[in-house]
Amino acid sequence: MVRKLPPVAQIAVLAMALIVIGGITLASRLPHPAPLPVLIALLAVAAVLVLADIVLLTRLRDFAWPLFFQVAKWTLLAYAVMYGILEFTFVYDHVTGSTLVVLTLMLVVFAVDIPLLFGFSVARYATPGPAKADSKLTT
Amino acid sequence: MADVLVTAPSRPKIQIVPVRGLPIVAVVVAGLVATIASNKLWPLEFYHVVGGGLWTALDLFLGLVIGPILAKMPVAARTEFSARFMPKMLLIMPTLVTMTLASGWQLARLVGNLEVGYPKHWWLTASFIVVGVMAVIAIGILEPANIAVLFEMRKPAPDGEVIAKLMRRFIYTAGITGLMQVATLVIMTRLSSW
Repeated sequence: MVRKLPPVAQIAVLAMALIVIGGITLASRLPHPAPLPVLIALLAVAAVLVLADIVLLTRLRDFAWPLFFQVAKWTLLAYAVMYGILEFTFVYDHVTGSTLVVLTLMLVVFAVDIPLLFGFSVARYATPGPAKADSKLTT
Repeated sequence: MADVLVTAPSRPKIQIVPVRGLPIVAVVVAGLVATIASNKLWPLEFYHVVGGGLWTALDLFLGLVIGPILAKMPVAARTEFSARFMPKMLLIMPTLVTMTLASGWQLARLVGNLEVGYPKHWWLTASFIVVGVMAVIAIGILEPANIAVLFEMRKPAPDGEVIAKLMRRFIYTAGITGLMQVATLVIMTRLSSW
């Protein structure tokens, strides 16, 4: 039986979509300078959505928190490799100043949003309580 | 009357992250970083074409061939297939996506595609939009469903209803990304013939 839970996943996907739109906006304007006000606005809304998600999650009772954190932790590790490559490419391509700051902050929002989404997507179907031995990610 | 020994099929042991595949991923990622750092045409084209070709072919095959077959199979058969198939996809797809996009971006910078003005630039913008939509679908819907199915199948008593619901989501989103890859093929062949 699946419990009724707040729309954490939908909000996380929306936040992700806003960051992706920011990336597309930036790339579509090249070689012209990045439209920073648009990017900052998208980043701010995405950050607020992720914060709202965190608030919604903290208000949950009887949730499989150990499993949530287990999945979120490994997701963060996997995606850190991708974020690292992206950041490396930005710096390698001489992206500097406020554009680099905004792009880095976008990656930070992603780094919170995606593990949160993956952790929630798994933990929502689990029985609340400590993580079971059979829920290890690797054997 | 002959005795017939009937044994229940044993459930496959599910390994969510196939550890043996991690060294291969590490080599591919290290090669990608070296390729970007070298900023040379051939390695960048190799990474982009190989990664993109495999990603597109896999998405098309999964979305338009495997997906419809899977949708018609009984839940038990789907579970059996997914238990062996999905952990591998968990390593293969993010690796292919990372190598394609990172090398593609650097390649576009190197050959000057990003400097091209509009209306030609629309082809590039269209490729960004297609990749963006596919990223949202893959990371936001498909991948969480994939991982949730694997965890559900590891339970002592998996909920068939949950698995069926998540598998449906997986099959539909794989179909959508498969169709979007057709747009990618059109755009990329157009870009390469500039």
